[in-house]
Amino acid sequence: MRKHLPLRIGIVAAVILASIWYLYPPRKTINLGLDLQGGIHLVLGVDVDKALEAQVERGGDTVRAELEKKGIGVSSIERRSPTELVVQLASPQSWNDAQSVFRDQSGFEMKEADQAAGRVVLALRPKEAATLRDLAVRQGLETIRNRVDQFGVAEPSIQQQGENRILVQLPGVQDPERAKALIGKTALLEFKLVDERADPEAAVRGSTPVPPDDEILYQRRLDKDSGAERRIPFVVGKKALLTGRDLATARDSIDQNTRAPYVSVEFNAAGAKAFADLTEANVGKRLAIVLDGNVHSAPVIRERIPSGRAQITGGFTTQEATDLAIVLRAGALPAPVKVLEERTVGPSLGADSIRRGLYSTLTAALAVVVFMLLYYRLSGLIADVALVLNLVILMAAMAGFHATLTLPGIAGVVLTIGMAVDTNILIFERIREELRAGKTVRAAIDAGFGRAFRTVIDTHVTVLVSAAILYQFGTGPVKGFAVSLAIGILASLFTAVFFTRLVFDLIYMGPRRVEAVSI
Amino acid sequence: MVQIFVNANYDFVGKRRWFYIASLAAVALSLLSIALHRGLNYGIDFTGGSLIQVRYDRPVTVADVRKGLDELRLGSAVIQQFGDAQEYLIRLSGSEQRTEEISGRIVDALSRGAGTKVEIRRMEFVGPQVGRDLQFQALYAVLAGMAGILIYVAIRFDFRGGVISIAALAHDVIVTLGAISITNREMSLPLLAALLTIVGYSINDTIVVFDRIRESRGRGLRKGQTLADLVNGAINQTLSRTVLTSFTVFLTASVLYLFGGEVLHDFAFALVIGVLTGTYSSVAAATLVMDWELWSRKRTPARARLAVKGEEVAAKKS
Repeated sequence: MRKHLPLRIGIVAAVILASIWYLYPPRKTINLGLDLQGGIHLVLGVDVDKALEAQVERGGDTVRAELEKKGIGVSSIERRSPTELVVQLASPQSWNDAQSVFRDQSGFEMKEADQAAGRVVLALRPKEAATLRDLAVRQGLETIRNRVDQFGVAEPSIQQQGENRILVQLPGVQDPERAKALIGKTALLEFKLVDERADPEAAVRGSTPVPPDDEILYQRRLDKDSGAERRIPFVVGKKALLTGRDLATARDSIDQNTRAPYVSVEFNAAGAKAFADLTEANVGKRLAIVLDGNVHSAPVIRERIPSGRAQITGGFTTQEATDLAIVLRAGALPAPVKVLEERTVGPSLGADSIRRGLYSTLTAALAVVVFMLLYYRLSGLIADVALVLNLVILMAAMAGFHATLTLPGIAGVVLTIGMAVDTNILIFERIREELRAGKTVRAAIDAGFGRAFRTVIDTHVTVLVSAAILYQFGTGPVKGFAVSLAIGILASLFTAVFFTRLVFDLIYMGPRRVEAVSI
Repeated sequence: MVQIFVNANYDFVGKRRWFYIASLAAVALSLLSIALHRGLNYGIDFTGGSLIQVRYDRPVTVADVRKGLDELRLGSAVIQQFGDAQEYLIRLSGSEQRTEEISGRIVDALSRGAGTKVEIRRMEFVGPQVGRDLQFQALYAVLAGMAGILIYVAIRFDFRGGVISIAALAHDVIVTLGAISITNREMSLPLLAALLTIVGYSINDTIVVFDRIRESRGRGLRKGQTLADLVNGAINQTLSRTVLTSFTVFLTASVLYLFGGEVLHDFAFALVIGVLTGTYSSVAAATLVMDWELWSRKRTPARARLAVKGEEVAAKKS
């Protein structure tokens, strides 16, 4: 069976050369997983209903404004669920006039219309809701990517996972708390007027009611000495006069006099105009700067501010100011996110794992190599060369496919060492059996490779089935195991069948007479 | 030339009753252990919760670790030495809110408690929702893996071979799970990977034996040879293969168990057990083939028997 010998030698040579090409230089080509190089793995759940709620409430504001423009009295507009508004007209007589307003709301449909009571439910259309949910996740992902880019992480990976989850992987990040705060912060910046007529303490006690268009928000102050947190209440208007959307940019700075870090923000053209008007109309009042529902500061407006610039102060550390500037530049998340899963590996554990992984791989390889050599002599040596080739191809393929090597992935490599020689064991045992049955060396080798082939295919297919399911199912590290196992098994098909066969052909199938085989 | 089992002629078929008894006992023991432990001991991958791996500058005791944790008032924390006495695993089942809050303060508290520096090497938090999803998916993965193998073996051999292979696989998985349960190990994602690997790998020896049985049957029974002789012969002829292939994987899995580090410890343990039981079950599965055959012949009415292939008619005569 010395058919196509030059072609077969060519193929083996090409595979070896390609492998070396992909593997060089090794440090750069093999992608290490988070568990080996250290870093953070985060799965964030996007609270998409919150995005719907915000949209529906904006819809409510529009309906109220349009109805009032037509002179139709509204007694209440309330959100009943994330997607439904209940509109109650002041009198049922205006029902017919209001119809056009209800019908013109894009994205909404009318439900439970009750003319006699002057009541209607406006519900977000399911298709619209689905679009909004999807948009919230995708915008969230973009925003997070923006923030991570500005934070400066080498090779971050940010992907959507399932319907409303975002997977964030940050290799090499040393400070998980900071990264988490940066990524997970909604960063909804709002400017709201403080209602100077209301007494916040009384409102908190409940002795005076909170005015209908107002709400109570708190300023958190950390006492530097005791570490205790004080909450200072503010009664502010519900409506945000300006938000983070109106910003052009944000920058962190340090006050020349007090050395206190702060964030300076600059509004875009429309925002600057609105800010100028707002400050002109409310001189002497306080403007609360609210971030994610917490009052950061509430400076008194002394005069009209035409420059479109404002400062956010409020007891920041330098790092907090830097991070706040980043999130304000990158924009708010369209919906809050929650950490569903977090895995952090420190760099020292990663280095440990690499060392142990390398050690295990070498030990396992050595044990198997020695065993094969002792048991099968020259044939064992051939199988050992095939095994080394297998490992080289495995590493090269991982580099070529940009697969990630994880600790379980290394375990997969170690297992591959044990499984790859199985194929040669099956073939060699068959050859021995054929020799015992009295066949000549060449006939025995032919029969050995031929008959064992089917079994070899079977064993490879079953392991591949398992690996495929693991890949489908697994998360990061387990996926790495599936990948290295699958590639290793495929490589062993090439090395143990194609490569060893070639070597056997070269040694035993030549023109010389062969009396014995070292097996 | 080094050889094992060259002219092996063990009477596996004759002793098959003992295999069945041993297998049933092992499966029963495994299920009993799992039942007594009130199910498998799922790790945070599946239940949700937090896990913190810390390393101290010098050896400390569990009490030292506990002292540091008490300061944070975390409620029920499970502390477990991990490798040497400098490294510990802390498991918290508490709510996510709390672990979010404590993560910043834990380093200080722990180093104060033990009076030495401490480093956080690994921190994992899995939310309850994610854990529930995973539990379901894990079961699905193992079942899908077995279904995939069943389909392949059924196509490759026949339905009967597929069913017996799956019985052998289920046996291997249950016994491995039993070993995990008896040794009080935790069910984690890497362990699931080990189980699926066992599913894919331990079928291999079974396929080798089945292949040989079929090959021998293709040649027909020789004079004076019974079906039992044929099956016995097939097992004995492939015995060296079965043992050697398993041995190399057993060797590498043992290396992982001994040198792979704590993180891979349970994973490697499951593989070692799985390879051992997989090798054993492939022999037992082969004898099952024969029993099924004999049983179905008994049930085949005389009329239908005429339709049976010539080869089997020949077997009947002998």
